Amino acid sequence: MRTLPLKYLALLGYLVFLAFPLVWLASTALKTPREMASLHPTWIPRHPTLANFGEAFHEQNLTQSAGNSLLVALTAAVLTVLLALPAAYALVRFSSVLNKLALGWVLVSQVFPFVLVIIPLFLILKQLDLVNTRGGLILVYLTFNLPFALWMLQGYVRGVPRELEEAASVDGAGRLRILRTVVAPLLAPGVVATFLFAFISSWNEFMFALVLLKDPDLATLPLTLVRFKGADGVARLGPLAAAALLATVPSLALFAVIQRRLTTGLLAGAVKG
Amino acid sequence: MQRRTLLAAVPAALAAVGTAGCSSGDSDGPVTLRFLSLAWQKDSIAANKKLVAAWNAKHPDITVKYVQGSWDNVHDQLVTAFEGGDAPDVIHDESPDIAGFAAQNYLQDMTDLLPSALKSDISQQSWDTVTFAGGGIYGVPFLQESQIFVANRKLLTQAKVRIPTVDAPWSWDEYAEVCRKLTVKGKQYGVAWPLSAPVNKVLNLSLNFGGTFFGTSGGKTTVHVGDNERQVLQRIHAQLWTDHSADPATVGMKGADPLPAYFAGKYAMVPAGVYFRQQVVQGAPKGFDWVTIPPLKGTSQHQGATSQTLSIPADGEHQKEAMQFIAFLLNGTNQATLALGDWLVPTSRKAATDPRLTTTKDDWNVATASQKDLVVAPYLKVDGFDEWKTKVATPAMQQYFNNKISLDALADKLVSDGNDVLKRYQK
Repeated sequence: MRTLPLKYLALLGYLVFLAFPLVWLASTALKTPREMASLHPTWIPRHPTLANFGEAFHEQNLTQSAGNSLLVALTAAVLTVLLALPAAYALVRFSSVLNKLALGWVLVSQVFPFVLVIIPLFLILKQLDLVNTRGGLILVYLTFNLPFALWMLQGYVRGVPRELEEAASVDGAGRLRILRTVVAPLLAPGVVATFLFAFISSWNEFMFALVLLKDPDLATLPLTLVRFKGADGVARLGPLAAAALLATVPSLALFAVIQRRLTTGLLAGAVKG
Repeated sequence: MQRRTLLAAVPAALAAVGTAGCSSGDSDGPVTLRFLSLAWQKDSIAANKKLVAAWNAKHPDITVKYVQGSWDNVHDQLVTAFEGGDAPDVIHDESPDIAGFAAQNYLQDMTDLLPSALKSDISQQSWDTVTFAGGGIYGVPFLQESQIFVANRKLLTQAKVRIPTVDAPWSWDEYAEVCRKLTVKGKQYGVAWPLSAPVNKVLNLSLNFGGTFFGTSGGKTTVHVGDNERQVLQRIHAQLWTDHSADPATVGMKGADPLPAYFAGKYAMVPAGVYFRQQVVQGAPKGFDWVTIPPLKGTSQHQGATSQTLSIPADGEHQKEAMQFIAFLLNGTNQATLALGDWLVPTSRKAATDPRLTTTKDDWNVATASQKDLVVAPYLKVDGFDEWKTKVATPAMQQYFNNKISLDALADKLVSDGNDVLKRYQK
């Protein structure tokens, strides 16, 4: 009991550590250029202004970029989970010599520097008329998300005791019913975690979007944010902070909505020893 | 302003893909051009968009689509676009970057496309910054950056030093003396030298004393560090460690980092490119009185320079139309508008006489006048310069300016290690 306050203190410290970049971003977004150049920076802007938000929205089509990012990231994440989940289940439950090889190959594919494939990939997509399309970008994100998603999910599937499925089978449940009523709830945290991973990876991705999307109307948020940066690392900090702050909101909101799922499913899968 | 990132090594490996041949692009129907612009300042973006809209209004058959890129990753973006045969029709970039693209035959030699009015409006010194590969012209140079100082006028006046003018600039000796006068031990330094990326700055300024650092003989380029090349190096070092008129704490800083302390009166001057005036205007506290110090004079006021450029891809389908648009965008009046937006100096002689660029407001007269002393940076045409800069010169100069090695040791590293690097690039 005596250690409880210390635990809360440690948690508070950790929270502050995690929140620091976001708070500083918010603070910068509300400052004037003059205040940003002050020798004594303050947490709370002395003369708060929304001018940076206005400038960011006026110059760049942030709403459209956010819409593009949301569409691409959501589609890529959903497709990643839809494809990775059955593949992971099959790999774990129907084991054979090939499975280990397959998993090893999946892992090896992750160590490939993506820069080596970017130009060949561009040429392939060009032949398929998928350059400068959201579909092409989604396909690329799906391809690059799948190996790690598969690796993540097979770990979760492995964690679901086979005995549960066998017990359900003994009780007369068919394969599909077992999957739907026994396996799926237990895999929910894994599915949510994998979805979040795929979504955030796609939401933040920059390089593929840069080389594949030519039309400004298709630009995703990372492409738009970088436009506030100039040569030699100089940036327009105010509008950049304002735009970056807005860009983090959808990710945070999504995480807030589904993060409970990360833990609730875990509690549902207990097996008495 | 150089960008060499992760894709730098890829083109060679994938050269087999190749690029298509040149095409003059005579088109019968309406044409749409993609213009990749790297404008990023608020005023500059607005100016570019306005000029594009003006062009489109006058030329319904040649529509220009404005595409905004970023200095941070334009090299990577273009490499992929060139390899895929899908490059923008008009490309905004800078001379060090297009030097590589020209060598790889990605860009069109514009010699025969250039209208004579545009050609004659820009000085030969500026054309030299975009002339590569057998004398071909691979871009139209339009904005350049000279090195000046921004100074706290109040501190200069209090110290009773002469404020230099375009016609009567400070010599390096006078500047050093002024910095000593402006230094108040424990309270104020004459100057802050942010030197986290010292190489281009030192090399550009060394031309004040004729220091070129590179020489080519028999087709082979080597590094040399003689008396001329040592001048700027040792003068900055002396300010830091002998005179103590420059704050050693700023050596690890980037360009704009000393600004808060400059505004607070800790530093009387900060060396910077001309664009820096904008940062001062935006960030200065109310009533802060500043002045632009013209380029210092050694044996001359020459400084090395690169240029922002507009180029046309070698496989562009509408090269003539692209050239027409470039000629419009970079005519005297429009170039002055672009220079104002970016706070840089124009290469156009006509633009340099534009009243907006000769006004004393924000010291535009001083900035614009500095263009006449800009000459092509000697390193611009050195194969292997990027590697010499990142692997040899930057760490060695940082050690020197941090007083960890002597000038002789620095010179030795720059020459012996540097020549080993350059050897690999000799053809």
